[in-house]
Amino acid sequence: MRYVVALAAATVLLAGLAAGCGGSGTKAPTEVVLVTHDSFAISKQVKAAFERETGLRLRILQAGDAGEALNRALLTKGHPEGDVFFGVDNNLLSRALAEDLFDPYEPAALKSVAPRYVLDPQHRVTPVDHGEVCLNIDRRWFASRGVPPPRTLGDLVSPRYRGLLVVENPATSTPGLAFLLATVARYGEGGWQDYWRGLRANGVLVADGWEEAYTARFSGAAGSKGKRPIVVSYASSPAAEVYFAGKQMAQAPTASLEDGCFRQVELAGVLRGARNPDGARRLVDFLLSPAFQADVPLSMFVFPVREDVPLPPVFRRFALVPRSPLDLPPGEIGANRDRWIREWTGVVLR
Amino acid sequence: MDGRRPALSGRAARAAVVGLPAAFVALFFVYPLGSIVERGLTQGGGLDWPGDVLADPSTLHVVWFTFWQATASTALTLAAGLPLAWVVGRFSFRGRSLLRAIVVVPFVLPTVVVAMAFLALLPERLDRSVWAILLAHVFFNVAVVVRIVGGYWAGLSHELWDAAATLGASPARRFREVTLPLLAPALRSAAALVFLFCFTSFGVIVILGGPRYSTLETEIYNQAARAFDLRAAAALSLLQLGFVAAILAVSAALGRRLEGARPLVAERDVLRRPRGRERAAAAGIVAGTLLLLGLPLAVLVERSLATPAGLGLGFYRALGAETPALLVPPWHAAVNSLLFAALSTVLALAVGGAVAIAVARRRAAWLDGLAMLPLGASAVMLGFGFVIAFDAPPLDLRSWPWLVPVVQSLVAAPFVVRIAAPALRAIDPRLREAAAVLGASPARSWREIDLPLALRAFGVAAGFAFAVSLGEFGATVFVARSDRPTLPVAIFRFLGRPGAENVGQAMALSVVLMVLAAAAALLGERLAARRGAL
Amino acid sequence: MLGVHGVSVVLGDTPALAGVDLEVGTGETVAVLGPSGCGKTTLLRVVAGLQRPDRGAVELAGRDLTDVPPHRRGIGLMFQDDALFPHRDVGGNVAFGPRIARAPRAAVERRVAELLELVGLPGFARRSVATLSGGERQRVALARALAPGPQVLLLDEPFSSLDAQLRGRLLADLRALFAGLGLTVVYVTHDVAEAFTLGHRVAVMRAGRVVQAATPDELWSRPADDWVARFLGLANVLREGAAARVVRPEAVRVRLDPAGEAEVTAAERRGPAVRLRVRLPGGEELEAASTDVHHARPGDRVDVWIDPAGVVEVPLWDGR
Repeated sequence: MRYVVALAAATVLLAGLAAGCGGSGTKAPTEVVLVTHDSFAISKQVKAAFERETGLRLRILQAGDAGEALNRALLTKGHPEGDVFFGVDNNLLSRALAEDLFDPYEPAALKSVAPRYVLDPQHRVTPVDHGEVCLNIDRRWFASRGVPPPRTLGDLVSPRYRGLLVVENPATSTPGLAFLLATVARYGEGGWQDYWRGLRANGVLVADGWEEAYTARFSGAAGSKGKRPIVVSYASSPAAEVYFAGKQMAQAPTASLEDGCFRQVELAGVLRGARNPDGARRLVDFLLSPAFQADVPLSMFVFPVREDVPLPPVFRRFALVPRSPLDLPPGEIGANRDRWIREWTGVVLR
Repeated sequence: MDGRRPALSGRAARAAVVGLPAAFVALFFVYPLGSIVERGLTQGGGLDWPGDVLADPSTLHVVWFTFWQATASTALTLAAGLPLAWVVGRFSFRGRSLLRAIVVVPFVLPTVVVAMAFLALLPERLDRSVWAILLAHVFFNVAVVVRIVGGYWAGLSHELWDAAATLGASPARRFREVTLPLLAPALRSAAALVFLFCFTSFGVIVILGGPRYSTLETEIYNQAARAFDLRAAAALSLLQLGFVAAILAVSAALGRRLEGARPLVAERDVLRRPRGRERAAAAGIVAGTLLLLGLPLAVLVERSLATPAGLGLGFYRALGAETPALLVPPWHAAVNSLLFAALSTVLALAVGGAVAIAVARRRAAWLDGLAMLPLGASAVMLGFGFVIAFDAPPLDLRSWPWLVPVVQSLVAAPFVVRIAAPALRAIDPRLREAAAVLGASPARSWREIDLPLALRAFGVAAGFAFAVSLGEFGATVFVARSDRPTLPVAIFRFLGRPGAENVGQAMALSVVLMVLAAAAALLGERLAARRGAL
Repeated sequence: MLGVHGVSVVLGDTPALAGVDLEVGTGETVAVLGPSGCGKTTLLRVVAGLQRPDRGAVELAGRDLTDVPPHRRGIGLMFQDDALFPHRDVGGNVAFGPRIARAPRAAVERRVAELLELVGLPGFARRSVATLSGGERQRVALARALAPGPQVLLLDEPFSSLDAQLRGRLLADLRALFAGLGLTVVYVTHDVAEAFTLGHRVAVMRAGRVVQAATPDELWSRPADDWVARFLGLANVLREGAAARVVRPEAVRVRLDPAGEAEVTAAERRGPAVRLRVRLPGGEELEAASTDVHHARPGDRVDVWIDPAGVVEVPLWDGR
């Protein structure tokens, strides 16, 4: 009997202690929480400016890549961990909307954004940045061997480029999924599987995520011992290579291919059930403000959706803005994504 | 001797020793994990038994591979670690403490970083092969064998060896018939831990094995975090927990037959300098192990120094400055890591120590299993569990910063139990009786007898717990707040961005992590050696 | 001072103690003597509080100890194999009890020095326990047990692992020590000579019970039954009907006589006395003890005369 009493007392004590030290039920009204993924970044000054202007403390919660962060938000829908979610992209949008994750809000600054980025007419989500997923090549590798680099998607199945490509698994990686969708958009339902069979026969290497593919397998990444000179990455990756090289460069060591790029738009929305909905709306406004939009390129290495915002020089010189990237309607993506991934796994991995 | 009934004054203490750790594990492990599993299985309203997932042939294949690679890895790790455990457990030599500390370093490193080093070193043929997985597991886990088995070995007395020698047994015979049985408790502890780690290994399988290999843990992750099929994830989690519980039960049953009190002696009376052929053998083993462990570490150090302007400390200097990759300057991550690891170690010693006491006196064997379970649970499910279980008062802990050390202590406590329990059990009960008749109450007797005699073991355990907490990534990443990253989290963030500076800083942080872990392990050694006689 | 009343203990399925009664007076040394397995160690453990009796009680100076835990009984215990603390030096071991009792440091040090002197190990305080010989270890264990100043001291065959000469020396020292300190002592042993040397009284145990508790002289002259007689080493125990006759070897007088009726079959010197085996005309064999330097040898013919004072009738043990 004494054991039971002691156990119960101990549990109550621990729980009380935990609760006492933990966050209280009502959040301080002077805080707004942004829930996002690991690739989110913001300069200190820009963050401070927001906090100064609004009088709100900005707390940022980062959890995994875009897909994982969204799943976590879906897990807690109705009692969200924060007020605004940033990082749902056009590939995952249908799932977020179907689960009724957001409350609609139309920021005034949307008029400065090109209509092609406004993916939800009901304004449950607001576009913030776009960053196309493109093939990247290691210029030096090709130059040193005198091999002309590939220029189109179709080139990748040619024997000349055998064993040179590394892609990410669409089941586990956002750029991987984007590349798969690009092939679906290019070759259609009837042809994309044959294309991938061709890639498999041509020795494509599948990595689990972008980190492994880019930093460990891609020969063009700084400090990498990888051996493959073609990788699925972002249109802005060459600019990042130059920016973080630590020395001046006349030419970027890598380049993105114009062909085969897939549009990637990143959106944010006010979470349903947020503790600070008013603060949330002001945060969404801020995400579309010139200050944040101008900060986006060098923080997250993607492009701002507002066209009236200047790009930094390294972007202007080295980052590619594809003129007509491949695209699929979010609804179609949502309806077929799982099937396509399954079929892809069967064609490429098994 | 049975039939002994405890004095009344000890009852409350005994209840606390069992009750407090049980409550801790129940609150911070069973409750969140139960919540997410329940969510997964009752999504459609009512229990949706995932029989189809469990019976699926791909599930069976995954289970088979999980067991196979864990068993093979454990066997290889024991084989690789035993020679060094012999050197460390029998001989005293200059640099012994340092060697023991260095061995712990691979253990702390995040798998992403180690995988990159391995990829740089492995020949093409082994890339994406099972051998890469097994080798990486050995690399990570050799520390467990060396520390646990070596530490235990150093506490055994000579007499039985010498007795066997006088009876005409050759060294090989003596090893088989005297040494191995005597070492059995430590071997069992080490093997159980290594098996559990390999069983739930994630990063190694994913990066070094590639998409063709999947284990229960990677499958759970895919289902939960990516495909968001919570039902399948819950089913696989239950399956994984079930296997882990079964393994722990088998291990415990084996242990009961083999363990018992044996004379503990002061280490300085047992360790001696190696003689003759032993010197060559010991030197060879140490060199070989340093090579196996040191090469990947050397790759990391080299890459941390390979700035675009030539070899230098540029990346290290950059750690003091702001960076877009994190919300705080990277050196904050080091401070956070140290702080969280220290708190986690205190918690792990308290919880694990209590369990070790209960288990050593052969009470509440179920408590042992309960304390070990967190090692066998999927980090992502536990993380999700925290997110949904602690979302409302009075347990609104989701954004509680001290959740990080709590989570880390759940992973570290099993080490404390496995290291401390055999040492406590080996204490001659007559010493406690002697203390009692000399006037020591049970609590005083614990302080005067058990604690000093087991102090070395607790010191080793503390060092391990600290290292484990420093390097814990899987569950920490779920509960860490972005303004308080730990070192592994920061390294991972850096690796997620292109550019030489980001990779370089990731490597520099990895080296910082290595140094901190080694320093912590070394400190644990020195403190224990100074205060305990053993 | 110490009273054990009707103590019974069952360990597993076997009754280790079956109703033991024993009284020990203040300043008295009682030796508990018996073969292995008779329960003597269990009895000590019950008195010390390490074993709870199923029935019966232990009382110390009028106080009932039933619910008193071992660390509050004020009873010292010396183990069969010392159980010295390996992580403390000699001084640390001896100082343990006083330290727990919160004696001031200076007083503790003095006591340690005093006791080490007493047990014949002056200056050993800083020695490591692992470097001591067997005899030294037991002395340290004794000093440790005495340090807290217990009212009663229990010793569990402390010298069984030592050689005879060492044992003899230590026993002599112990006797002097106990007398000097006025200690109340219970000394457990299976060795008759030890028990007789040390004990004011000797309690003979058999199968969990005390069969006879008396002074050595009384035991020797009037053993309770034939089993006790044989156990004590009384050699000539002859059954006669429903009783037995015990003839003490010293009472068998032997004289060399070529025409004697008896023949010596064996002669063995045991220290100062010689044990002779003599075959009587009727075929029975008797043991005789002789202190002659020139004693009879095997084959000699002798005359045998039995002093009736050395003969006693004892009941037969019925085996229970």
